[in-house]
Amino acid sequence: MEHVVIIGNGVSGITAARHIRKLSDKKITIISAETDFFFARTALMYIYMGHMKFEHTKPYEDWFWVKNRIELLNAYVQNIDTQKKQLNLANGNQICYDKLILAVGSKPNKFGWPGQDLKAVQGLYSYQDLEAMEKYSPTTKRAVIVGGGLIGVEMAEMFLSRKIAVTFLVREDRFWGNILPKQESELIKRHMKEHGVDLRCNTELKEIIADENGRAKAVITNDNKEIECQFVGLTTGVSPNVSFMKDNKVALNRGVLVNEFLETNCKDVYAIGDCAEFHQHPTGRKNIEQVWYTGRMMGETVAQTVCDNKTAYKPGVWFNSAKFFDIEYQTYGNVKNELEENNSEFYWEHEKGKIALHFIYETSTKKLKGVNSFDMRLRHEVFDKWLNNNESIEFVLEHLKDANFDTEFYKKHENEIINKYNLENNTQLKVKKRSWQRIFE
Amino acid sequence: MNNNGVWHKSISSKGILAWFLGVILTTFYVLIYWFPEILGLAQNGNENSGFIALFNPLSNFLKGQAASQWFAYGTIYTFFIVAFGVKFMFKYKENKYQLIRTSVVIFCQLILAYLLPEILEGFSNPDHYFAKDIKNMWPLNHYFFDEWHLNNMIEHGGNLGMFYFVFGLFLFIVITPFTTYFLGKRWYCSWVCGCGGLAETAGDTFRQLSSKKVSVWKLERWMIHGVLVLVVIMTITTLYGYFMNSSTFLGLEIYTYFQQPYGFLIGATFSGVVGVGFYPVLGSRIWCRMGCPLAAYMGLFQRFKSRFRITTNGGQCISCGNCSTYCEMGIDVRSYAQKGQNIVRSSCVGCGVCSSVCPRGVLKLENAPETGRIKENPILIGKENITLNS
Repeated sequence: MEHVVIIGNGVSGITAARHIRKLSDKKITIISAETDFFFARTALMYIYMGHMKFEHTKPYEDWFWVKNRIELLNAYVQNIDTQKKQLNLANGNQICYDKLILAVGSKPNKFGWPGQDLKAVQGLYSYQDLEAMEKYSPTTKRAVIVGGGLIGVEMAEMFLSRKIAVTFLVREDRFWGNILPKQESELIKRHMKEHGVDLRCNTELKEIIADENGRAKAVITNDNKEIECQFVGLTTGVSPNVSFMKDNKVALNRGVLVNEFLETNCKDVYAIGDCAEFHQHPTGRKNIEQVWYTGRMMGETVAQTVCDNKTAYKPGVWFNSAKFFDIEYQTYGNVKNELEENNSEFYWEHEKGKIALHFIYETSTKKLKGVNSFDMRLRHEVFDKWLNNNESIEFVLEHLKDANFDTEFYKKHENEIINKYNLENNTQLKVKKRSWQRIFE
Repeated sequence: MNNNGVWHKSISSKGILAWFLGVILTTFYVLIYWFPEILGLAQNGNENSGFIALFNPLSNFLKGQAASQWFAYGTIYTFFIVAFGVKFMFKYKENKYQLIRTSVVIFCQLILAYLLPEILEGFSNPDHYFAKDIKNMWPLNHYFFDEWHLNNMIEHGGNLGMFYFVFGLFLFIVITPFTTYFLGKRWYCSWVCGCGGLAETAGDTFRQLSSKKVSVWKLERWMIHGVLVLVVIMTITTLYGYFMNSSTFLGLEIYTYFQQPYGFLIGATFSGVVGVGFYPVLGSRIWCRMGCPLAAYMGLFQRFKSRFRITTNGGQCISCGNCSTYCEMGIDVRSYAQKGQNIVRSSCVGCGVCSSVCPRGVLKLENAPETGRIKENPILIGKENITLNS
């Protein structure tokens, strides 16, 4: 029986295993040194804040793996012998594979700052990172978080839930400025300040200073200010966790290089999820996609190929989501941080400054390119269809009620939104009533 | 709204405080049901004393008679729904669905289940008691068809009694199926019902304790439908006795073998002692989930003939588990959401908390056409070669 070995029990590896089991009777082994069982990495913050316990973050009960004959092995892979098709484990054992799927994920970036390896200096990616945060929290009065992105906001929310003060250093002039347009950055910045985050834009980390026990006690910023703290969160993105493979035959760049079929340069070795780097992304997006959803899609796709139905990775319309304290964020299609040439934008913000929609469309054809939504839930299926069908911004605004996914009884804003568009564009558009027929067709 | 610290606090994470409270609640229920004299209920023509006597002034004011243990119980019960209902509304102040739903549930308890019946009680002959909570229908009100109850409504109750009798039948036979078809069973379970009302308010602290194991779901289906069968059998024997003017059914004493065991085991022990007494360890909906025959009846409509569902928003689920954790009915909501599947479950009471705690806006309670309500093999949106089912 063919033996498929998967390194990594995150969403990519687990999805691949589940789908291989659906499609075949192959022997499946998943190796991880992080946890015995699959858990949702996205929920680490909720464990810290006491919303859930670790066991709640496991999407499948423990018997699931036995029932589906998926073997779980808690071990650390030291290196890969692609010649002998063998993995050498840190405990001295070897495991042979017929097919190998690398789903080894990422690790937090460190950019060579002095003091970056001190105690209480870390990112938030793994279960071990969470344990370390727990360990240092009781003795932390202020945490400095470096890098304005999603994990940074999560960390800030975590610390504030335990009344630990947070100073947030952002290198750019605005929050998450490499992804969010200016309006949205401002909105989130205001919201974070409301929650008591000491947010400092245009500020970089220069150095971390140690106390006598080798633990961080302060940071120095690029403007030579010293900020006293007992914890430093490094949340300046993540990189593929591939250093253990650097002496192996598997071709690496920043990540494990793969083609559109998620195949590496070595026969029967595949890479998926955060650690995979496309030579050229099938749809022209970034070559490394470190998102829950893309990991899951790659897992589904590679399972087909491994089970002899060679399938290319073809992601559809881009989508993503996040939450910034109380404000939910959804995005569909392409919304860049700066407005591109030949594109126009339409931005609406609710008077209280917490709800916003940002549409990007082609100036000449009015074709919708993408939408950012803040604290207004949008129907994924509907926007997926509109973007695939190249609908125009005006069509989308007229049918916006079809896409509303807010909780029942919530105040509707469609009329206000379309009035703003009409005013700015001298149009006479009217919002159409919601139609189940259109939504379900 | 946030659930910071829920699993850090003793009271809400089955800690010492929770067990302590569980013992107190359970003891209280045992006393009020079976040993009310210990709580000071008047014996042999004496006056109330102790705990029950505290409720005499209010009882006198509302209906001109001394408090019974049931009056004391109803007063405490209503107080808890109002007080914790207000607390719940503070917690969910941003969520209009929760605000409206909780206002309605407080109104239903305070006015329909408590004040109105107690005041009406004062106008009727105390020897001919019948249940005057207009929304409490058979089979949750299991004694609706008992001979004494029917007689007190039809023969001694005058116009009011006849109204309650006709409305009670109409509520069960006509209103319930129709409303459940259009809105799901939530219209009753989390908007109107008193048991549900207590669970949603005072029980909110414990909603996360319900078990999400598949094995418990299996047990649930046997138990709740088992109770439905029992109440139907019990009621058939009761009606047989009523119309045949007989005190036995197939040679078995109807009271001893049917009515009394059901009332003792299900009506009192399960719904009261276990149902509320065990809130701090089993969660707030153990009765609604495992025992309530009315929930089972409505569940059949909700599962097979209803417009209600919880819609999953395409491929946006991140499997975090907040929805499952905070489902008081023990539904593993995430197992559906992460597959892109709508949640259609007979047990869902439509409280809306899964949707509130979802950090990615994935879940929406809605009433929509039946087509496409249940997707057996959904495809997660996001990729082009969409022949892959999740």
